[in-house]
Amino acid sequence: MSDFTPRPGAAPFLSQVRVQAAMEAKLMLRNGEQLLLAIVIPLIVLVGVVEAAKHLTLHISHRPVDEFTPGVIALAIMSTAFTSLAIATGFERRYGVIKRLGASPLSRTGLLLGKVVALVLVEVLQIVVVGSAGLLLGWSPQTCLAAFAGSLLTVVIATAAFGALGLLIAGVLRAEATLAAANLIYLLLMAGGAVVLPTSSYGAFGHIARWLPSGALGNGMRDALINGHVDWTSLMVLACWAALGATLTARTFQWE
Amino acid sequence: MRYGEKTAVDGLDLNVDRHTITAVLGPNGAGKTTTLETCEGYRRPHEGTVRVLGLDPMAQRSDLLPRIGVMLQSGGAWSGVRAMEMLRHIAALHAHPLDVDLLAERLGLGDCGRTPYRRLSGGQQQRLSLAMAVVGRPQIVFVDEPTAGMDPQARRTTWELLRELRDNGVTVVLTTHYMDEAEQLADHIHIIDRGRMLASGTPVQLTRGNSATIRLVVTKPFPDDAPASLQVALGEGVDVRAVDERSLVITGTADSTTLAKVSAWCEANGVLPESLNLGQRNLEDVFLELTGRGLS
Repeated sequence: MSDFTPRPGAAPFLSQVRVQAAMEAKLMLRNGEQLLLAIVIPLIVLVGVVEAAKHLTLHISHRPVDEFTPGVIALAIMSTAFTSLAIATGFERRYGVIKRLGASPLSRTGLLLGKVVALVLVEVLQIVVVGSAGLLLGWSPQTCLAAFAGSLLTVVIATAAFGALGLLIAGVLRAEATLAAANLIYLLLMAGGAVVLPTSSYGAFGHIARWLPSGALGNGMRDALINGHVDWTSLMVLACWAALGATLTARTFQWE
Repeated sequence: MRYGEKTAVDGLDLNVDRHTITAVLGPNGAGKTTTLETCEGYRRPHEGTVRVLGLDPMAQRSDLLPRIGVMLQSGGAWSGVRAMEMLRHIAALHAHPLDVDLLAERLGLGDCGRTPYRRLSGGQQQRLSLAMAVVGRPQIVFVDEPTAGMDPQARRTTWELLRELRDNGVTVVLTTHYMDEAEQLADHIHIIDRGRMLASGTPVQLTRGNSATIRLVVTKPFPDDAPASLQVALGEGVDVRAVDERSLVITGTADSTTLAKVSAWCEANGVLPESLNLGQRNLEDVFLELTGRGLS
């Protein structure tokens, strides 16, 4: 009936990366908890802070929706590049997915590229959804070239930094411990890491928070979309975190 | 191959002929999976060389991987992925994959194609894993305990598929701790235990053709000198080995005369047989002779 005559061969590299990225993005968006983290929580936070700002006095210098929308986009990026990636990779290790793919024609470079492309796909979706919600609430971002370049660079370098840190956790801890740690760190950074709220609203702690990857991501997005600047300091901070995370991950990551 | 102080596989010299089914047979913990994973390039041998299709599985990994198919002992798929989605994914990583629908139907995966991996039964997961191993049209497939946990029907389907692969020119290397699987399926069997090769050959060579075995099981533990005194009673040409305190195995010229002598010995020693069987020597007996222990 079937013909099993050997005819081995690897698919072209780029088509391997494409199918791997499509699969990872699909699995991420199909998973209820991941979707909650990626889309629902950022939307709730955005509407929540913009509404709350009408009743509270906050130390911010711009309209709340202009101040918070870039921060919520930053939060969404962090949830995907850090928490979702860490949890997904932790369970891939647990279920032997990485081991099995390691015996397929997909190389480790292909696997990593696939993950990066999947992250970017999900992040584009998040930016469209959160950005549209912001626009509905009256957001008017800067639209100059510097705003575009600054926010793009921030998203790219922050994805590298948080992705490397997520993989660091996933590559060392067991899957359940990764799940707990990635969620806990996400919550701590959301509350105290100057992602959604600017570092100026944290008082003295703001001077520390701006050196955290979360604070640098938030500040980079705000500076670009509120002031139309490229925030080189934040970009440098993020690049340092990316280098640190990548170095540690390369030394410690275990594929099984 | 060592893990810390423990040597899992030691001095294993094993060759596999192309276009055959080779079984690596041994009890749990014998080093079967370690051997296979060294061939698949997951582990670097501490000493010695491994060549698969003439390639070094570590140094020439990217050349080798498209040419081999791997079935892991467990796992290997995302928990939320649907069965057919997973199979299509592995197929898409290859240049000339098999028709996934035909393959799925062949392995009885047609009904559970949309079921998430975590909800598949153990046997369905095994069959999916086997399908993933062969879908890329490899020259060699390595299958680790392919029928563990399968029902008899799925087991037969799997055996048929593995035979058909061989007949189509695929080299099949499997590990198993089921002696009937090795005996019925394999062209060559390597028996390993505690990381060492104990015996190799065709099933017929290993069981020495039609030589017979007598198994004696008794109701109460044997007297202390049991194997020795029975050996004396039976004389030259047979070999008596204790399996445990209530059973022993007699090999050599095991015929009806021997059977009668065993009965007489039982009567003389006040031993009541629970069962006394004369049968074909099988791999279980071979393993027992080699190690002094049973296979399972």
